[in-house]
Amino acid sequence: MGKDTTAAAIPEYRGSFGGWRKPQELNIFLVLVGIVLLCEVCGWLLIGQSFVWNPQRLTITILQVSVVGIIAIGVTQVIITGGIDLSSGSVVAASAMMAAGFAQSAEWSKALYPSLTDLPAIVPIAIGVLIGLLAGMTNGVFVAYARIPPFIATLGMMVSARGISKWYTKGQPISGLTDQFTAIGSAAWPVFVFIVVAMIFHVALRYTRYGKYTYAIGANVQAARVSGIDVERHLVKVYAIAGMLAGLAGIVTAARAQTAQSGMGYMYELDAIAAAVIGGTSLAGGVGRIGGTVIGVVILGVMSSGFTFLRVDAYYQEIVKGLIIVTAVTIDVYRNRQKRS
Amino acid sequence: MQTTVAVTRTPPGIEDKRQSCLLSVSGISKSFPGVVALDDVSFQLRRGTVHALMGENGAGKSTLMKILAGIYQPDAGEIFLDGVSAQFKTPLDALTQGVGMIHQELNLMPSMTVAENIWIGREPRNRFGIIDHRRMNRLSVDLLAELKISLNPEAEVRHLSIASRQMVEIAKAVSYRSRVLIMDEPTSALTERESAHLFEIIGDLRKQGIGIVYISHKMHEIFEISDEISVFRDGKYIGTHAAAATNRDEIIHMMVGRDISTLFPKKNVPTDDVLLSVRDLTLRGVFSGVSFDLRAGEILGLAGLIGSGRSNVAETVFGVTPATSGEIRIKGQRVDLKSPRDAISNGMAFLTEDRKQSGCFLVLDVLENMQIAALQSQFVKAGFVQGKVIAAACSEMSKTLRVKSSGIHTTVENLSGGNQQKVLIGRWLLTRPGILILDEPTRGIDVAAKAEIHALVSSLATAGAGVILISSEMPEILGMSDRIMVMHEGKITGVLDRDEATQVKIMELASK
Repeated sequence: MGKDTTAAAIPEYRGSFGGWRKPQELNIFLVLVGIVLLCEVCGWLLIGQSFVWNPQRLTITILQVSVVGIIAIGVTQVIITGGIDLSSGSVVAASAMMAAGFAQSAEWSKALYPSLTDLPAIVPIAIGVLIGLLAGMTNGVFVAYARIPPFIATLGMMVSARGISKWYTKGQPISGLTDQFTAIGSAAWPVFVFIVVAMIFHVALRYTRYGKYTYAIGANVQAARVSGIDVERHLVKVYAIAGMLAGLAGIVTAARAQTAQSGMGYMYELDAIAAAVIGGTSLAGGVGRIGGTVIGVVILGVMSSGFTFLRVDAYYQEIVKGLIIVTAVTIDVYRNRQKRS
Repeated sequence: MQTTVAVTRTPPGIEDKRQSCLLSVSGISKSFPGVVALDDVSFQLRRGTVHALMGENGAGKSTLMKILAGIYQPDAGEIFLDGVSAQFKTPLDALTQGVGMIHQELNLMPSMTVAENIWIGREPRNRFGIIDHRRMNRLSVDLLAELKISLNPEAEVRHLSIASRQMVEIAKAVSYRSRVLIMDEPTSALTERESAHLFEIIGDLRKQGIGIVYISHKMHEIFEISDEISVFRDGKYIGTHAAAATNRDEIIHMMVGRDISTLFPKKNVPTDDVLLSVRDLTLRGVFSGVSFDLRAGEILGLAGLIGSGRSNVAETVFGVTPATSGEIRIKGQRVDLKSPRDAISNGMAFLTEDRKQSGCFLVLDVLENMQIAALQSQFVKAGFVQGKVIAAACSEMSKTLRVKSSGIHTTVENLSGGNQQKVLIGRWLLTRPGILILDEPTRGIDVAAKAEIHALVSSLATAGAGVILISSEMPEILGMSDRIMVMHEGKITGVLDRDEATQVKIMELASK
């Protein structure tokens, strides 16, 4: 049999080196390192300070993006199924408002529910998560069973959830939250929540049936169905989880700000999508990893903190941010094309 | 035991021939990351001939054709068109210089009309620069008449059958006044009758002096229509023969570098155990009154023209499109199959007709593709996939099925069609099914892989599985099946035993 000749004609596959395979996040991680180095060099040249060697700045950098990070973990999963979630920013606000309504302290004179003050923190947390879950499930049902395109279904939720959070107190902010509740937003707690959520879903996507089904649906929904996956039920699950995480992010936001406002989480959904896409998640579905999204989130954080550090005008910040997002994805698309042809 | 084939690698007098040849390529090489797809390949196409290219999946035929059509750029080598050195930087570049290609996956715009598809980018315009639809349609009518194709130029392509779409592609290529026409497995989705029509058109084109490069895995049609046959193996040119001066065995020998004993292995006789029993199954508007039994150890062929409803019956039995009425029993138990999930939990497996559309997860790797159906029942504990166990099972399965890849972490997109098919077969075998439905299991697959798949299906039946085999290829269905059920327009028109079945009888029942 011509086994030897075939083996010679097909040399070792690139990317496999012994048992070690190059992590897909490596490229984007190098981009992150590049941005950090650039800030460091510019820092020394322009201001005479180190960018990296400043523990306080590092903490703040990560702290700032933790909320977007929590959302992005959910959004990544939705995008892997080939969908999109535009509602997460608004769900943050809805969940923050509703949770905060049940987190007010008795000392606060203008409590929303005067008879329900000083509740243990678990109550507002449960309510916030539940609100997110409901919003997500609604998205999922519309997408999976009513077959509304995800863009439209979640666009509707984006508008409605924002409306609900305004209607809830007729636009008034909710303040006077209990110390027990605001503790979740204090110190490095948001970062901790972000890391735990990221780890849970990293494991879920890679090592559980839930994860395998999520990728399969995004890669080819018809093949997934023929392979015995209950596609509709699974999609509802994924959107519900994304909503739940947005709800959790709402709780963290309110706790950190020690108040809740209907304008919270404005445009967070776009930062979350950007983070996922920078991290290598394909909008075509079937491709994406939590590790990449975490790096994408950190890149967004480092960018804004680096700009502030280098005293770049806020106007330029947004312009450059947009450019960097598109550049990162362009590089990724280009590399994929090279790999395929 | 590599057997070398004694063929002259480069025909003598290649320099003089270059002048008389319509198309000549020499020394073409092309590498992709990790794979040498073409290694110093040369070949000549003469005017007014059909030149067949043969080789196993991954032999380099399609790569060579894509270079000729301007889709890929060669790393080395030269192309001569009518004796003049030519370079094709883009598909349009190749097309305007007279090389047209009809792809395996048709590249038409479904929501546009036949005429719009043919003239896209060159639409006749009136003096205001607005597209002149009337003139465009008239030009199309003339063109289609010249090719003896009966199609309405104003029909939208999405309403056309695959065969008609193929005709549109041909008309489009001819409208560029192509001197060279490349056809990549044009009959893979056509019925015998549609293929015959295609061959007539090819015959006319040949008379006009057009050179046709023809890729196909179907031996009988190669010998029917081609003048010369060139064989490739592992990215290398093996040799060229005049079709009249060679035979099937010699070509197969050149393609695989070894002998293949038999295409359709003999199988044992089925038992009397009825595995699957279908009564009066109806899907309103598609098929009705379908009844049959499938026994353990039996291969039940399901024949019929495309559109006869044979694939729909398979989809309904598997729960993809639940029946509107009728009854399905598995081992005597009445079952209600509302989804593929239900069918799988009842021990059924379904290899779908369209590998790309409803089979492969192209962006995922071999492991992810193979394991997915088995995750419903095995290999999962408390939601966690038993990664090591299933990876071992998939590796083992890849080895058994001889999947040619560099491991279970290769992305399926990078595999050849035959290997993708083997991965999908592996997916179903991992579920240990008792009933297998195979819809066109060997479409677009090379001889060697085909023989392997046939042998495998036979051995599954021998081991007690029941197999429903749907195929458009007569030799396959005649060679493999114990009984053959024939459908026409949503009804079963007859069931033939192995001994009485012939191609003629099947065709009669299929077109009744």
